[in-house]
Amino acid sequence: MDKKNWPLWEIFIRSRQGLSHRHVGSLHAADAEMAVENARDVYTRRQEGASIWVVPASAITASSPDEKDLLFDPADDKVYRHPTFYDLPDEVKHM
Amino acid sequence: MTRMDARFDYLLRLGDDALILGQQLGLWTGHGPVLEEDIALTNIGLDQIGQARAWLTLAGRAENADRDEDKLAYFRVQADFRNALLCERPNGHFGDTIVRQFLFDAYAVGLHEGLCRSTDDEIAAIARKSAKESAYHLRHSRAWMVRLGDGTEESHAKVQQSLNDLLPYVGDLFHSDACTQAAASEGWGVDPAGLREGWNTRLEDMLADSGLTRPETVPEQVGGREGRHTEQLSYLLAEMQVLPRTYPDAQW
Repeated sequence: MDKKNWPLWEIFIRSRQGLSHRHVGSLHAADAEMAVENARDVYTRRQEGASIWVVPASAITASSPDEKDLLFDPADDKVYRHPTFYDLPDEVKHM
Repeated sequence: MTRMDARFDYLLRLGDDALILGQQLGLWTGHGPVLEEDIALTNIGLDQIGQARAWLTLAGRAENADRDEDKLAYFRVQADFRNALLCERPNGHFGDTIVRQFLFDAYAVGLHEGLCRSTDDEIAAIARKSAKESAYHLRHSRAWMVRLGDGTEESHAKVQQSLNDLLPYVGDLFHSDACTQAAASEGWGVDPAGLREGWNTRLEDMLADSGLTRPETVPEQVGGREGRHTEQLSYLLAEMQVLPRTYPDAQW
């Protein structure tokens, strides 16, 4: 490990039971345990969290910005894929 | 010593430990070794200040002389402070601060656990809240003890020196006298001497994981509980108290 710079970790917080973990940001830590502690201190100070995931940023494979057209444009004219043609009951949350 | 005196004195000791430690940790704000640790130390410092406020408010009520938490924190002189000498040791380098914190946290978890069983509902309530905080503080400081002790040659040597330097100052934490005997026998406080065994186990456990060692004999210094402090506390109080003493009625 580089002694000058700790590796970068991506932080995911689940705020309540029933919701999924959401990406909230990133931070530096020497190991996974420290990353969880740092995430607790940096991202859950105001009762935001019920659960924390930490993922080494290097483990994330991202789509290339150059492929944006190729990946996403074909969905443009397929409005029927959106659930907008029927009414959702009010009780259904987080759609 | 009357019952009221013992209660006031005992609560001051709890409050002053937290207050002085919290003030010192606050000095790390903006100076932490990395941003994340800067925030962690500040959070721990704020927990300590929160505990100090609760204990000092209770102390003020026990004294019944119209002194609230602020009066007690900002308008007492050095000799009236009852914090353990360990808490007033200077921040030094990061390793010094971590060792001081570990030695205190390993004591505080046992203290708060014991105080949860206090016959006094208010003391037990503050202890229950503090117990969760101190358990986290210990996890944090212990993890750093292991990382630094089991880290590089340089970090090991530095933190071993910090440990050797600070161990003599834990005496106050386990010091029993008329005040603590009254607290323990009446059931609303705990006997500090009884906390040493648990503290010792937590220390030995950390030493085993970190590769650090404790000196064979450690002469222990006491005095904080009687108001006999080191020079360091006067500088600390001067900085902490200057604003309220200059503008006594200042409001946020």
